[in-house]
Amino acid sequence: MRQSEFRALKLKALWQGLIGRDGGAANRIVPPTGFTAHLTLFSAGAMAFLAVFALALALATERLADRWASELSQSVTVRVSGQQQEQEALTQSVLDILQTTPGAGQPRLLDQDEVGALLTPWFGPDMPIDALPVPDLIELPITGTDFDAEGLRLRLEGEAPGAVLDDHTEWRRPLVSAANRLQVLGIISLVLITAASAAMITLAAKAALAANGQVIQVLRLIGARDITIAIAFVRRFTHRAAIGAAVGTVLGMAAIALLPDMQAAGGFLTGLGFSGWSWLLPFLVPLVAAVVGFFATRWAALKMLESVR
Amino acid sequence: MIEMQDVSFGYRAGSELLSGMTMSLQPGMFHFLTGPSGSGKTTLLRLCYADLLPSSGKLSVFGQDVAGLSRDGIAMLRRRVGVVHQDTQFLDHLPVAENVALPLSVSGQPADIEAMRDLLGWVQLSQHARALPPSLSGGERQRAALARAVILSPDVVLADEPTGNLDWDMSMRLMQLLVELNKTGKAVLVATHDLNLIRAVKAQVSARVLRIAGGGLQLAGAEL
Repeated sequence: MRQSEFRALKLKALWQGLIGRDGGAANRIVPPTGFTAHLTLFSAGAMAFLAVFALALALATERLADRWASELSQSVTVRVSGQQQEQEALTQSVLDILQTTPGAGQPRLLDQDEVGALLTPWFGPDMPIDALPVPDLIELPITGTDFDAEGLRLRLEGEAPGAVLDDHTEWRRPLVSAANRLQVLGIISLVLITAASAAMITLAAKAALAANGQVIQVLRLIGARDITIAIAFVRRFTHRAAIGAAVGTVLGMAAIALLPDMQAAGGFLTGLGFSGWSWLLPFLVPLVAAVVGFFATRWAALKMLESVR
Repeated sequence: MIEMQDVSFGYRAGSELLSGMTMSLQPGMFHFLTGPSGSGKTTLLRLCYADLLPSSGKLSVFGQDVAGLSRDGIAMLRRRVGVVHQDTQFLDHLPVAENVALPLSVSGQPADIEAMRDLLGWVQLSQHARALPPSLSGGERQRAALARAVILSPDVVLADEPTGNLDWDMSMRLMQLLVELNKTGKAVLVATHDLNLIRAVKAQVSARVLRIAGGGLQLAGAEL
């Protein structure tokens, strides 16, 4: 019987107590407790700060995976290596083949400057590219679904030995996979942060409830229903969780906004952040914190009230 | 109002503190409950406001069997039973007036400022309305407890050694308030071991004296 009675602490009634005007009276029956108040505010704030970063990580890696997957799958590269005197003719022959390839757009031979830019990370800016036996690189955009990479590879082998097709699959796959895994880690972090927040708020609520055992006994003695007592605690801890998380979220968003600009610095880490409408997503963090505070305190209150007749 | 039929209770299985308790408390009655320390006076009162449940027998309060009451049902029952303890607890962070009004607050009723002023005047605590409970004397605390116990206009007032910490004058003052309540039709049950107090009150009001002895309940003799 008792268990079903506790379930009767209806969510609707608690919610009304949470937002209702008479909640102020419920709030006053619980003595102000500095320790648990500060603990809850700090925990919620710290967790929200971390949650904003985990959210930014998840979103950034999602963008990265999409970009790598889409950009790199839109073109292939043909590398042409031959004897110095045959190189030009071989390259022209490959260009001719590529121009007649179904599903492919206009092939483009990369000039010396572009090839130099690609090699600079390995050889440095002072290396004379002209002196190296660098193959010609042809970029071929893929424009149709009838493009057959394997067919083109066989044709090049037959008609232009020395030309090698690189469709980027070999090195694109692990990058996309890594980005997807980072995204999963970001999501797992969000889940863990939520669970840890729930645990901390539950502990703080239990400490507050234990410290106020006498208050609860007095309230029961004068005819207070369980819902009235539970509202007093749920209201207080939900508000604290929401306020702490709001502060942590704003600080986290400010920290993200202050990261170096993606275009200015380049690279993955500087892409960590929000863009466009995704700047709105962190505002869900205080809401989630309030929901977590609501349910964690409700659970703790029910456990406590079970022991008081 | 409160009906006990062959009620027994023990804190441990197989060891009964109270047994075969049969009594009836009706509107307008004034009962004293006496007996030596540890005889079970407090336990009997706790049974009356469903803080404890009988091990056996039947206990009805306002016509409801307390054993079948839900937690909310118990809360509703307690709104009709005012309780004063020897060491009544308050919410120390709230002023006396708010403590006294607490039963109104938890039952969702608005506080009537005028009625509150009258009530505090009746227990002579008007000047302490904004004081915090820890600053009150023992007598003032008991009167504040009585005011809190009656603010919902309960049908029954239970007082457990309400004068235990008070001197004679203060005890009589408190008992006078209980007598006045009784004269308005409320049933009053006071547990005390102070026989002089009982004699003094019996001079003012018709009261029955019940004695707990050997785990059972009996009507006290002519010496009272």
